[in-house]
Amino acid sequence: MTDKSQANEQRSSGTAVSPNAATSQLAIELVGINKHFGPVHANKDIDLKVTRGTVHGIVGENGAGKTTLMSILYGFYTAESGKIFVDGKQVTIKDSSHALELGIGMVHQHFMLVDNFTVLENVVLGAEDSALLQPSLDKARKVMAQLARDYELEVDPDALIEDLSVGGQQRVEILKALYRGAEILILDEPTGVLTPSEADHLFKVLKTLREQGKTILLITHKLREIMAITDDVSVMRQGAMVKTLQTKNTDPAELAELMVGRRVLLRVDKGESTPGDVKLEVKDLVVKDDMGITRVKGINFEVRAGEIVGIAGVSGNGQSDMLEAITGMRKADGGKLIVKGKEVVIKGDDGAAKLRDMSVAHVPEDRQELGLVVTFEQWENAILGYQDDDKYGKGAFLSIPAARAEANRHIEKFDIRPANNRLKVANFSGGNQQKIVLAREMSRNPDVLIVGQPTRGVDIGAIEFIHNQIVAMRDAGKAVLLVSVELDEVRSLADRLLVMFDGHIVGEVDPATATEAELGLLMAGVSSENKESAK
Amino acid sequence: MGFFDSLILLLDSTVRLTVPLLLACLAGLYSERAGIFDIGLEGKMLAGAFGAAVVAALTGSAWLGLFAGIGVSMAMALIHGVASITFRGNQIISGVAINFLAAGLTTLLGQTWFKQGGRTPQLNGDARFNGFDFPFADQLADVPVIGGIYSELLSGHNILVYAAFFAVPITYFVLFRTRFGLRLRASGENPKAVDTAGVNVNMMRFKAVLITGILCGIAGAYLSTGMSSGFVKDMTAGRGFIALAALIFAKWMPVPALYACLLFGFLSALGNFMQGAELPIIGEVPVQLIQALPYILTVVLLAGFIGKAVGPKAGGIPYVKER
Repeated sequence: MTDKSQANEQRSSGTAVSPNAATSQLAIELVGINKHFGPVHANKDIDLKVTRGTVHGIVGENGAGKTTLMSILYGFYTAESGKIFVDGKQVTIKDSSHALELGIGMVHQHFMLVDNFTVLENVVLGAEDSALLQPSLDKARKVMAQLARDYELEVDPDALIEDLSVGGQQRVEILKALYRGAEILILDEPTGVLTPSEADHLFKVLKTLREQGKTILLITHKLREIMAITDDVSVMRQGAMVKTLQTKNTDPAELAELMVGRRVLLRVDKGESTPGDVKLEVKDLVVKDDMGITRVKGINFEVRAGEIVGIAGVSGNGQSDMLEAITGMRKADGGKLIVKGKEVVIKGDDGAAKLRDMSVAHVPEDRQELGLVVTFEQWENAILGYQDDDKYGKGAFLSIPAARAEANRHIEKFDIRPANNRLKVANFSGGNQQKIVLAREMSRNPDVLIVGQPTRGVDIGAIEFIHNQIVAMRDAGKAVLLVSVELDEVRSLADRLLVMFDGHIVGEVDPATATEAELGLLMAGVSSENKESAK
Repeated sequence: MGFFDSLILLLDSTVRLTVPLLLACLAGLYSERAGIFDIGLEGKMLAGAFGAAVVAALTGSAWLGLFAGIGVSMAMALIHGVASITFRGNQIISGVAINFLAAGLTTLLGQTWFKQGGRTPQLNGDARFNGFDFPFADQLADVPVIGGIYSELLSGHNILVYAAFFAVPITYFVLFRTRFGLRLRASGENPKAVDTAGVNVNMMRFKAVLITGILCGIAGAYLSTGMSSGFVKDMTAGRGFIALAALIFAKWMPVPALYACLLFGFLSALGNFMQGAELPIIGEVPVQLIQALPYILTVVLLAGFIGKAVGPKAGGIPYVKER
């Protein structure tokens, strides 16, 4: 940053003072923050007040806009409108170095560390005092020793980052921020990658930091952590700030309800289900993610022909990993998958094709990433995954007329607009893209249909259509597994409803009779037995 | 001529042939350590050689030639930088384009200006970098062993030769002992970490690419005004690519880069030395085989012996700040 802009900054900060500066001890105040990513309104008119010397939690589901908001505060993104006050002074945070100057440090969800550098080198990177490195390294070594004593942040300064445990790497991130003199520390989902004992250690560190007068912003979707450590908590949902509460005046059930939202139950016309044979069975399934963290911790369920089994839960509790395992995209780390009485063993990379051959259709959670090739035309996407079928040409050759005819049938049956099979999928709206995937999978007349987040980012009209199609599949005697974070969606569609929390299925309820409070508690990981102890 | 004298001659030739490889290799090291792949070393060297030869021929000063060579090479580096950093283009394609541009432009301009089939005029006297002798080199020349090593091998090279070898410890120091080096290496490994630490990644990468330009320019000037006396069409003869092989071979480290370049320089010297030589059993050694040795060696050693050479993790990927 140039000296001139800094001077401008100071001038402007001299004139604009937060209305609350005189009366309270606010470390941070945000007023009316807005940010879009393309068509997505990631932050809608966000207001936030954070008192100095407190731990302030920000909860919300994945995609609620928490990380975006914090990235704006850290200068990684720039807000389109709104004001930021730090210590009562209005500031325009242009980049990370400016945020650091203002005393704001961030511990990112994905660590910003250089793997083959030492701890010391990572700590001084960007905060070196002179052109030569050695004096900075010596100073950092001393400061780190002091910080280790003050906050129990023990790390070997000469270790390479890649040799440290995840918890150790996180301590380096915190040290980095403190070394730069951070008074306000933002932690983005800090426990997502930690073992329970590492998480306990982190909380101890955070409490010490608070005692020393630092302000901590904790982003998480784990309500247990909010209850355990925060003083205040703000709930975000779909880009908006829903409410800020004092932690001692609330409970997990209330927070869960605020996070998920009490939405109008969509009416779906459906009759009684008539369950038949078991088509899909999952036994003691264990799944680890790419980082080796166990996401699904031994779950059991079965889906019968002619019923819709719904799986609800706050996102990030293992649903995605379970879906990947039972659709053959990821190798399970334990347990069995049984389709129509036959155990499916996935060895190579052809797991997804194998399951498709067994008449298991899959509508993935992320249609653009997993369901479509958006730079291909609609007719190409209409046969994707089934392109080797003799219907679309024998041997090495593709029968383009057959594929286009199939694509036109999809367009007609699912009312895909615009009705043009030569249009690139990227040019269809979200709802129509979803219909393209649904049409492809449902037209195969599968025995088992697995659907993840069927209406994410889909407009109301298309939602109703998609819901009716899913019910029609059930009535045609298909076994349907529906995973959604939209509570009203699973409640209105499912015949049986399972709730997932922290990699476990924590309960089964009757969607017709279960109350929101009951579901909220299950989704927050508070089962009826330990409800009292949680409070 | 005894065996010792032959060996000294071979090693002396090795030193001279190593210089352009070493300068180009260190040039590539800066750029790639910052995350910008550069297969345009060859082109930048060639353009630098041409620029140096032209200005030296016109002014009669090797030093002005050197600065011109550096200037031309830096201009090429800037093109690569703008294409691959500012506009986030493909770094390989940009490098290939630079190689073609240099090969075509040098021949075209050389022919237009001097009409000698792409050559520049013969350089003499101060228009070339001439060797200079160490103190007492003459007196010691006849002392056995020491005379050969001191007077032949170490003494008598031009200034650029010593500069090239001196560039190795300097590069090591810059990369591992300075703030600039730390940030440069971090930009090639995890640019996001650099960005969140408040350092401008693209600016770091531009600086690195420009240093690459400087070193390639010196390498080119050495070729046309030090090793030879004038520019000849395509005179780099693939040295830029051998330098890249040496860089991978050395796992992007400066001191191993010196060893790798010495090895490849030795193989080239050996190739010249063996030209037409008769060996027992084998007979006359095909010169093409010797010339191919550096490449064969790289493939064999990398595939089998050295292990995986993992370059800077963020190499080749333009840095994009916003998601």
